[in-house]
Amino acid sequence: MILIGYQGASTKLMAMCAEKNIGMSFCTPYGKFLCRVQGKVSGNILLRKKQYRISDDEYKSCLIAKNFIIGKLINYRNVLNRFKRDYADKFNKNVKKSIEYLSDTIKSVSKCEDLDNLRGLEGIGSKFYFEVFNELILINDESFRFDSRNRRPPLDRVNALLSFVYVLLSHDMASSLESVGLDPQAGFLHRDRPGRNGLALDMMEELRPYLCDRFVLKLINTKVIKHNDFIVKENGSVLMLEDARKSVLTAWQKRKKDIIKHPFLGEKIEIGLIPYVQSLLLARYLRGDLEEYPPYLMK
Amino acid sequence: MEFNMDYLMISGIQHFVFCPRQWALIHIEQIWKDNVKTFKGHKFHEKVDDPYVFEKRGERIISRSIPLISHELSLVGVSDCIEFYVRNDNLGVKIKGREGSYDVIPIEYKVGDIKDDESDISQLCVQAICLEEMFDTKIKKGYFYYGKLRRRVEVEFTEELRKNVKELAKKMKYYFDNGVTPKACYKKHCVSCSLYDICLPKLNRSYTKVKNYIDSYWISGS
Repeated sequence: MILIGYQGASTKLMAMCAEKNIGMSFCTPYGKFLCRVQGKVSGNILLRKKQYRISDDEYKSCLIAKNFIIGKLINYRNVLNRFKRDYADKFNKNVKKSIEYLSDTIKSVSKCEDLDNLRGLEGIGSKFYFEVFNELILINDESFRFDSRNRRPPLDRVNALLSFVYVLLSHDMASSLESVGLDPQAGFLHRDRPGRNGLALDMMEELRPYLCDRFVLKLINTKVIKHNDFIVKENGSVLMLEDARKSVLTAWQKRKKDIIKHPFLGEKIEIGLIPYVQSLLLARYLRGDLEEYPPYLMK
Repeated sequence: MEFNMDYLMISGIQHFVFCPRQWALIHIEQIWKDNVKTFKGHKFHEKVDDPYVFEKRGERIISRSIPLISHELSLVGVSDCIEFYVRNDNLGVKIKGREGSYDVIPIEYKVGDIKDDESDISQLCVQAICLEEMFDTKIKKGYFYYGKLRRRVEVEFTEELRKNVKELAKKMKYYFDNGVTPKACYKKHCVSCSLYDICLPKLNRSYTKVKNYIDSYWISGS
């Protein structure tokens, strides 16, 4: 549960959420995290210590982080492939090339055994993808033109939307990790930095293309969000208006209810449960039930 | 004797008999989730678990929620109900603050029906072993009260049963001390388990090798 913009909540509701293991995050109107209501430390110390031990070991961290990035790049590629299927007429040479480059990058990632190299390959893969991201925006409106990924502050409407939706996912991710007993801060790819949810960011990598990017594209292409839903500040930074944020949140909540078949488990779940299931799979891998961490891969 | 903090819960033994992994998820990984069945169980026990109620019915003293411990098995827990039957001879146990000599009979309340496996029986037998240790006596039998049947069912604590539960307690202690959660192994009874979604019992089936899974996605999509 994410409360944005100084919403009230009774102590009784907070207690109930703590009891039922429902995460509650309070955020500023811009989605900046303020605090969280959380029950007892969940899960077990053995699992968390294992996570810390691996997190301290660059080589072992890389073996896990590799699957986050493989997942991310496969999903990047599949977002583009899906576009190819759905809009064959708009599919062009650039997108085709991007798909090929991504395939090569995935191959390199699968052989990678070093965290710095892995970060480099991730950067290259993202570059290939975002270079053609603008092609996926189908409405004829210059104000939704996308050149490259930027943030802090976002310099165009698409980036503002992407950043906002990434924040939503990061809250879901952090709460999910906590509820399976993992520490959302101790990452494998993202190294420790006070205040940063390193593991939540790691786990988001593979989910961004599927849960966030495609969602943003849909908001734009179906005109749920329009160009006047933003204000552009004097320095070029773009801010979303209150009502637009509400529309995004409503659509996000609605999307979470959609049912999909989990590619690895083969069981039907709500989209909103994906971060939780992936956290669980990571915990299961760390506890020795699986030989590798299975990222969420979109069809 | 010094109290050892590593003692495990007696109630865990019924989970352990049902499925060692379920027990490990609850007791080692500290995961618990209710489903309809477990919720009914809690509600049912709220009624019987009142330690401040004192009952005396003729020759019987009925006491609820008595704390139990066995140093031999490294187990602790609470008994639903224990009945003390007055004996005419002096061969029974003595109760603090009471005259006479008594037989000790453990009684466990179960919301459902008699189970096919030995999970309930093992739990009751462990309780008897605890009571034997605490009262320095021998307990031959105990009872279940099944909510669904609305009657008592007698259980005899045979040597074989005792041997089995001691073996179980030893295994539990081994897993716990080593932090081992046994791997998932999908069986028919999995569908009735409240931890199904957390356990993911189908994880270890052969077709879910992670490498094959990833390969199938990235090679087929190229």
